[in-house]
Amino acid sequence: MITETAPPEVQTGKGKRRLDENVLRNLGLVGVLVLLVIIGIITRPDLYSDPEWVKDNIFTILQQASAIGVVAVGMTFVIIGGGIDLSVGAIIALAGVWATTLATQSYGAAGMIFCALLVGLAVGLVNGVLISYGKLVPFIATLAMMVAARGLAAQISGKQTQVSTNTTINDIATTRPLGIPLLVWILALVVAIGWIVLNRTTFGRRTVAIGGNPEAARLAGINVKWQTLLLYGLSGLCCGIAAIMLTSQGTSAQAAMANLYELDAIAAAIIGGTLLSGGRGTIIGTLFGVLVFATITNLFAINNLSTEVQNMVKGGIIVAAVLIQQFRYRSLTQLLKR
Amino acid sequence: MSEEPDVDTSEAPAVTPPGSDDSGGDGHEVVLRLTDVVKTFPGVRALDGVQLEVRAGEVHCLLGQNGAGKSTLIKVLAGVHHADSGEVLWLGEPFAPATPQAAMRARIATIYQELDLVDDLSVAENAFLGHEQSRFGFTKRRSAAVKTREILARLGHAEIPPRQLVRSLPAAAKQVVSMARALSHDARLIVMDEPSAVLAHDEVENLFRIIRGLTAQGIAVIYISHRLEEIREIGDRVTVLKDGRTTAANLPARDTPTRELVSRMTGRTIEYVFPPRPTAPTAEPLLVVEGLSRAGEFADASLAVAPGEIVGIAGLVGSGRSELLETIFGARRADSGRVTLDGHRITSVGGAVRHGMGMAPEERKSQALLLDEPVFKNMTLSSFAGFAHAGFTDASDERKAASKTADLLELRPRDVSRPARTLSGGNQQKVVVGRWLLGGTKLLLLDEPTRGVDVGARAELYQVIRGLAADGVGVLLVSSEVPEVLGLADRVLVMREGRLIHEAPAEELAEDTVLDLVMAGSLMEGEAA
Ligand SMILES: Nc1ncnc2c1ncn2[C@@H]1O[C@H](COP(=O)(O)OP(=O)(O)OP(=O)(O)O)[C@@H](O)[C@H]1O
Ligand SMILES: [Mg+2]
Repeated sequence: MITETAPPEVQTGKGKRRLDENVLRNLGLVGVLVLLVIIGIITRPDLYSDPEWVKDNIFTILQQASAIGVVAVGMTFVIIGGGIDLSVGAIIALAGVWATTLATQSYGAAGMIFCALLVGLAVGLVNGVLISYGKLVPFIATLAMMVAARGLAAQISGKQTQVSTNTTINDIATTRPLGIPLLVWILALVVAIGWIVLNRTTFGRRTVAIGGNPEAARLAGINVKWQTLLLYGLSGLCCGIAAIMLTSQGTSAQAAMANLYELDAIAAAIIGGTLLSGGRGTIIGTLFGVLVFATITNLFAINNLSTEVQNMVKGGIIVAAVLIQQFRYRSLTQLLKR
Repeated sequence: MSEEPDVDTSEAPAVTPPGSDDSGGDGHEVVLRLTDVVKTFPGVRALDGVQLEVRAGEVHCLLGQNGAGKSTLIKVLAGVHHADSGEVLWLGEPFAPATPQAAMRARIATIYQELDLVDDLSVAENAFLGHEQSRFGFTKRRSAAVKTREILARLGHAEIPPRQLVRSLPAAAKQVVSMARALSHDARLIVMDEPSAVLAHDEVENLFRIIRGLTAQGIAVIYISHRLEEIREIGDRVTVLKDGRTTAANLPARDTPTRELVSRMTGRTIEYVFPPRPTAPTAEPLLVVEGLSRAGEFADASLAVAPGEIVGIAGLVGSGRSELLETIFGARRADSGRVTLDGHRITSVGGAVRHGMGMAPEERKSQALLLDEPVFKNMTLSSFAGFAHAGFTDASDERKAASKTADLLELRPRDVSRPARTLSGGNQQKVVVGRWLLGGTKLLLLDEPTRGVDVGARAELYQVIRGLAADGVGVLLVSSEVPEVLGLADRVLVMREGRLIHEAPAEELAEDTVLDLVMAGSLMEGEAA
């Protein structure tokens, strides 16, 4: 009965499991993308038979995803860090409007870009201060900021659409270095930097730590408040970048621009596997989440369907995607347990 | 510590419980029988053929090293995990609870190793969580409160208000609430996974009194603990697990020699000794605490720790020890008094860590671990910036350093890439302590460093702590286990009701003296013992 058992050399390289989960989740999102394209091909075979159109359409989708993608990267950081930022759409509007006042436009393109980035960063930092040092709940602080920033944007613009007369700014949306739209380059750059920062830097490590267990992070000597402040600043900065991109796309800015961007950005992050309670998430997942949304929008556009139907379907897709993911995640872990 | 062949393998596994005559109740009927139970997690066979037999009215102890599979086993019984194969017979019927609720309905209640309370619910709501008393969908709050008060009184803790939020309770009181939850079911088997780990000496006595009351009613108890003295005192029979297998079943708890139990657990014999003390260090103090106070927690605490010195604080849970440690570390703001490390005034955690202070806190799950992150990132949580180059982290260096510490602490499994969540309780504790061994620490604050750590690894940990001291690190240690404080520390401070009431070199103190000081605060009664 009593046997001396062999040493417990049972451990294998199962640290890769987490990574595999992420890869699988992303593969799932690629699957959704493929499905959407197939629906597109079935509903509009006439368009898809033209390779030139297909190429252009891909760029259209990517361009549509670019500004929201940049915002979603910032949002992913905030959510992983245990927060939420409801004010992103409003920050974009404020930054866009501020950058297109006649006074700012007189400083030229560099002045406008600088202005948008600065406004975005500053408003983000105000969020951060309210949350980390004012001890406001992120939801409330950024909700208040969402209302206030749009109000200020309306005040500055006098509720008028401000047209950008700066050709450098307006050209951002139309130039295509190496045949690929500049907006797509910007998105790619932000995603790449976001990935590196999250996975390879102390900043990223601190973000995961404060979101995963703030008390443990604090007792390990991490300055949780400061890191939280920086995260909202980062999100604001991303909004500043997005403000320039959107202003260029519309050659104008107004107080109502980037409406409901907060919802799209949050939804993209969640669909991409970011845990709403913090501590876990990936930039690549978020990118796929954004692409899924942009592709759906595009699918509706090429079929000439109304935005009302589109919004209803979008809501359904968010729920479906999350359900599918939970299901897949569970069956995957079941499978691994066998 | 020596490697020796197995002491005695001739012991027949099925021995009748010698203590069963005083367990009264409805005799020796077997209520639970497990045969060849297997449970695998990705990469680990946590249970690899477990046999277990539990009788009505007995206290059946489970022994085994960290990661042996004890918690996994009881989670299979509790419906948290599902066995891959093997047979479980509960009251003679095959039993495979699909959910924890199903297990509770089958009258098996479990107190988990990690507290599983909802912080923002009241004590009463927690006690009746999952089986709320209700009428037409409305919870009967008054009757739940009354019943909870009854149970708490039975547990000897009538002072815990049923309506209070669990969040505001100290750790020991939370443990009592977990216990109250188990008792709120009309259970025939109560499983306790290291219930004494967060309890002070006198509370353990109280726990034993309750357990005796339960077994007298014929209720069976499965009791897990790493403290052999407890098993001797309360246990009837012992089953030993090693690497997910039963290596010995139904040994008599009172008279099986310690050497045999340990060798069944570890496959070797371990001398349970403390490392020798070098001659007392005489350097300038590294840490100086003067007149530190926090209202309602502790008052006027003054102490000093020299480099290379281990100072132990003995005291009951709730005497203010942990609060004192956290305040020294800067995690709580002192009302008055000052803390200096190497001449630097410490007022915040950031400053403390920068000047070389580290703390392994009391509650590993809520205060120390990122459960979803791999072990190595948990180990480097306070030092990853030191491994980084220009803000870029160096995961491979971190992994190497963490692996070395894992070897030192006998972490199992040894793989540092696994998420911390998948480690057994004792191994999680090793990760928390290991965090501060990664270098750069001048003063280490340890709050219950060996809680839940098995006998073998404990001896290892003592060596490591002594080794650190030999390298000039100052250590301030808090432990509920008086022998640990006396054995490991050079100098001992006794804390009672928020005050440091006694200080002496460890050699000059006897265990009884300390216990009496801790409880009564007077040397007079202790001298008689
Ligand atoms: N959810 C899980 N996923 C993967 N592995 C797990 C999981 N839970 C436990 N394990 C592994 O199963 C083994 C047994 O763990 P278990 O918690 O049962 O040990 P234990 O005997 O209770 O130890 P301790 O005395 O430290 O509490 C360990 O190797 C552990 O790492
Ligand atoms: Mg355990």
